[in-house]
Amino acid sequence: MQQEELKNRLSEVKDKLIGIEETTERRLYLLCEAENAYAVNKFLFEDLSLRFVIVTGIDSDDCFEILYHFSNDESGCVVTIKAFIRDREKPAIESITPFLPGAEWIEREIHDILGIDFINHPNLRRLILADDWPEGVYPLRKEVKK
Amino acid sequence: MKKPVQKPILAVGPFHPLQEEMEFFQLTLDGEIVTDIDVRISYNHRGIEKISETLQFDQVPFLVSRVCGICSASHPLAYVQAVEDIVGVQPPERALYVRTIINELERIHSHMLWVGLAGHFIGYDTVFMWAWKYREPVLDLLEEITGNRNNYGNVKVGGCREDIPDELKPKILKQLDGVEKKTEMLTKAVLDDPILHARLKGVGILSKEDAVAYAVTGPTARGSGVAIDVRHDDPYAAYSDLDWNVISQPEGDVFAKAVVRLLEVLDSIKMTKEAVRKLPGGPITIEVKEIPPGEGCGRAEAPRGETFHYVRSDGGNRPVRHKIRAPSFVNVPSFRASCIGQHIADVTITLAAVDPCYSCTERLAVVDSHNNVIHDYETLLRMSREKTARIRKEIGAPELKLEDL
Repeated sequence: MQQEELKNRLSEVKDKLIGIEETTERRLYLLCEAENAYAVNKFLFEDLSLRFVIVTGIDSDDCFEILYHFSNDESGCVVTIKAFIRDREKPAIESITPFLPGAEWIEREIHDILGIDFINHPNLRRLILADDWPEGVYPLRKEVKK
Repeated sequence: MKKPVQKPILAVGPFHPLQEEMEFFQLTLDGEIVTDIDVRISYNHRGIEKISETLQFDQVPFLVSRVCGICSASHPLAYVQAVEDIVGVQPPERALYVRTIINELERIHSHMLWVGLAGHFIGYDTVFMWAWKYREPVLDLLEEITGNRNNYGNVKVGGCREDIPDELKPKILKQLDGVEKKTEMLTKAVLDDPILHARLKGVGILSKEDAVAYAVTGPTARGSGVAIDVRHDDPYAAYSDLDWNVISQPEGDVFAKAVVRLLEVLDSIKMTKEAVRKLPGGPITIEVKEIPPGEGCGRAEAPRGETFHYVRSDGGNRPVRHKIRAPSFVNVPSFRASCIGQHIADVTITLAAVDPCYSCTERLAVVDSHNNVIHDYETLLRMSREKTARIRKEIGAPELKLEDL
């Protein structure tokens, strides 16, 4: 899909977004709240047929950010959905693994390192932390010393 | 009372001293057919993303080149491109060419390494010996250019650290001519060999739909008819100036992945020679003093597929978040699609076909319901080789001798 067409199609999920940032010609960021992330992901993957790349989890000061990176290989654009999880006590977001099996590992990884609960994930076991790693300590959270 | 019948579990991994990434596979078997696969990773988790947050921007390339010894050019390149995305700078042209040459030499030696290992797994040790022999001059070239056979440490934000001296150009071209001739011979030998056709075609098929669903990249995707290549789709370094093609095969089996890699080696050699000839003059770096607040994505086509780096800066001298996605992270889970339903003798080569930083081997064992080891790695390797020998006998083909070509 060409870049212009991609931007036009994004109007179909406009009501679910809180902002669109275009940092360069080939980098597009779609901002949304956590509860809308599932629908926007499904739209990019199934309706626009973008290629899933990876998810980045970030501990920002007042919230968690989950960044879903997709690639539009025809125009070389990286489209990133930036979802904000405002609840720091019980951070949770709906899993995209049910329709995108390639996301299974990364959601497990983010669950390990940031303690985010992926609702409806089929297999949220530990992936990268050791078996004897203490429960409830999430190494990529800001309060954990470097 | 009779105990319920348990299906045998085949344990593959986790450690092998030859390969740098540990993985552990548990295959559930019904007779000799694989019915389920479970993977455990992270035996080698070093917390690189966390360490990166403690380093300064210009120190990080040395850290990320150690993510993987074989892909030690693509990781730093993807990282510096992410930072350059934040800063909004473009390195000088000569630096882009130097980056291209080093990354293509890396692809050549990595693919040759895979061809050799694949030959070894199916009992073609001649292929193993020859592929690794032809790989050596490429490593020598990398050592001459960067000072190291691996972990080149040559890229930095805004350009490269070391130049390719013009005096070295004739030597690079001559060495590559030699490698090209040998690779052409090896490619012909593999593509024309009736036993390899019988042994590898239809084995470990990853369909196009599965390739998309598992979001695989690199030769794993291109072997399944998904013609994606970051060098073409989101051109970086000097790739848009050079004459080359995205190579893909529709079949999705092990043979298709081997064909993709062999043809890519030939393409990479041609591309590297063109880049050396076209190497423009001028500086190899521009000074980048401060990294402003912001976020950037950088990606590079590593030998195994797309390497993706996301970097966020708060305006300080260290990244506040640095996410790394190596291609094996998405390629390895596709085993669920390619291994289930396969014959046990084909598992080693199917797992090896995505070229993961793959560690099966010494600890590979079949365990029955009482945890008695009934097949060890040697047995499985033997089964794989015996299948090749059986096919060879059925076809009535003579032993492959590269010397005769």
